[in-house]
Amino acid sequence: MSIPFADLVTIIPELLVVGIACLILVLDPITPTHKKDFLAWMSLGVLGVCALVTMSGFGGSAMAFSGLVLVDAYAAFWKLLLYLVSGLTILLSMSYLKEEKIDLAEYYAFVLLALAGMMVMVSGADLLTIYLGIELMSITLYIMAGFKRFEARSIEASAKYFVLGAFSSGILLYGISLLFGVTGSTRLTEIAAAVNGSALDDPLMLLALMLIIVGFGFKVAAVPFHMWTPDVYEGAPTSVTAFMAVASKAASFAAFLRVLLEAFGGVKPHWNVLILGVCLVTVALGNLVAIVQTNVKRMLAYSSIAHAGYALVGVVVAGWVGTAADISSRGVSSLMLYLAIYSFMTLGAFAMVAMLRKGGLEGEEIEDFTGLAKRHKGGAFLMMVFMVSLAGIPPTAGFIGKFYLFMAAVNAGLAWLAIFGLIFAAISAFYYLRIVMVMYMREPSPEQEKHTRLVLSPQVSVVLAFALVGVVFLGIFPGPLVSIADLSVIPISSLK
Amino acid sequence: MGTFAFFYFAGIIVATAGMVVAFKNPIYSALALLVMFFHVAGLFVTLHAEFLAIIQILVYAGAILVLYLFVVMLLNLKREEHFHRQLLVGVFLGCVLFAEAVLLVLKGETTLGNSLPAADTSVELTRGNTESIGELLFSTYLFPFELASLILLVAMVGAVILTKKGILEVKN
Repeated sequence: MSIPFADLVTIIPELLVVGIACLILVLDPITPTHKKDFLAWMSLGVLGVCALVTMSGFGGSAMAFSGLVLVDAYAAFWKLLLYLVSGLTILLSMSYLKEEKIDLAEYYAFVLLALAGMMVMVSGADLLTIYLGIELMSITLYIMAGFKRFEARSIEASAKYFVLGAFSSGILLYGISLLFGVTGSTRLTEIAAAVNGSALDDPLMLLALMLIIVGFGFKVAAVPFHMWTPDVYEGAPTSVTAFMAVASKAASFAAFLRVLLEAFGGVKPHWNVLILGVCLVTVALGNLVAIVQTNVKRMLAYSSIAHAGYALVGVVVAGWVGTAADISSRGVSSLMLYLAIYSFMTLGAFAMVAMLRKGGLEGEEIEDFTGLAKRHKGGAFLMMVFMVSLAGIPPTAGFIGKFYLFMAAVNAGLAWLAIFGLIFAAISAFYYLRIVMVMYMREPSPEQEKHTRLVLSPQVSVVLAFALVGVVFLGIFPGPLVSIADLSVIPISSLK
Repeated sequence: MGTFAFFYFAGIIVATAGMVVAFKNPIYSALALLVMFFHVAGLFVTLHAEFLAIIQILVYAGAILVLYLFVVMLLNLKREEHFHRQLLVGVFLGCVLFAEAVLLVLKGETTLGNSLPAADTSVELTRGNTESIGELLFSTYLFPFELASLILLVAMVGAVILTKKGILEVKN
């Protein structure tokens, strides 16, 4: 057995992340309690190094491990986003875990291992590696969701996520195995060659495609495969919820899109209508059910479902038949832009929820935000910015993200889809702005005034600053990110 | 003969898998699962994958199933759980989906598989099953193989964190 050196060079970031994760597991028992923060800083450090490595190779494209791993600009874009999100999650967790008394160093190792799984997903060129990446990410998240193991809600979230996640993995695997049976390969390029050379409506291929879409639908939390989302998001520790809502969604979308475009790019008519249907119900149900939520974490869970629906508009555009190549690639790049922007605003919103304390507990009800503007002007203002951005109101980044997505839809001849999205974006303003209204226009009861407060730590301030700068800067100057996303789309020559 | 063997094994697999779900007593379910594992191993034998057949029995029947039985007996799950109130809806939807899948498969001849090369039988003749699998695992499929080991690591550490006494409670 010999591993070509070049293969190892290609996966340096993955090796670093996994290496440091294992080092943290080893160092944890021999580190004195008051120095445990060092382990968190170490995990942040490795993310910085990885970002430098990935950036230095940006634009290049390399295959490794006999075509199982593909590091191209598309993978690099998602990896950079994932480093940033994981870094902010670690910063957010440092004080949150102490508040919740669950500060185990294994947590940071788990963030890194989940990140490693996501990195494998976004750079997988073979269904086998993509599947194993999904499993590595999911199993890590099942455990992280149950970190507050003395709390029934957290354990329930973990168990529910595990059972449904395992179920969806089974469906995905069934699809992959059928596909392997009819095409004789799990490589995306070889599947594409076999699929393109066959009759269009091959029944087994259709069945496999359907099962794969269902499997990924679970992972990105699209309706009707979303049932786990609210319970898991509510029960998991808030920092983990933020990580799930942002990082795992981004990685799943990245892998989903790559599988659809690279393996099934030749049979677009078979999946674009299916995705369109899922997109419509996801946007509608996510936004409508979010209105009746009283718990902020649940509301943000439904909001994340709705945002997955908006992101699916990008997939629909990329898969729409009869559109020019530049418009379908605009669909891909606007999806990438949207998920990057979504990451900033959602992380910011969850950071605010994690900071709000009610007595010794988390303040996660919408009521707990009552009159916050009186006591914490800055905090209330930040929350308002994130809510306004999630609703997609200019001049925030949320508006830019929706603008590019809907423009891509209009260019592809799907103006009605853009209008549908706009109507539901307007409806979503109702529940986002309700939090702003509660913060600014309601008088808090004396009890609330006494017990609810924002707990700021330097690390959380950094997270909030990043999120704020992201939301405001990208809202006013989206140019740089748009051009990076345009550079990183899946090469159009592979889209037939 | 080959076709007969396939339908025998496949039929028993489907039937026993159904029993695993249908039995109310978890011990019966586990035993039905055992029968299923042996028949899956039988399928592997008909495909000349003897190594996989043995692994199937050693790992699934030998290790995993015994673990199931331990858990079932330790937890002493005697009472019936009525948690599925949507049984009718579930059965209905399941039938619809199953009919759809059957229709899809029966509707047309699949043409995709025709382009596949015929199975290369020379490999099995010249050297052992185990050898070929081992070589593939450590050359072409090295990367996924190592990934699988990471998944096991995560599961192991996770089991400790979620169950070990005294690592979180001390602090509360």
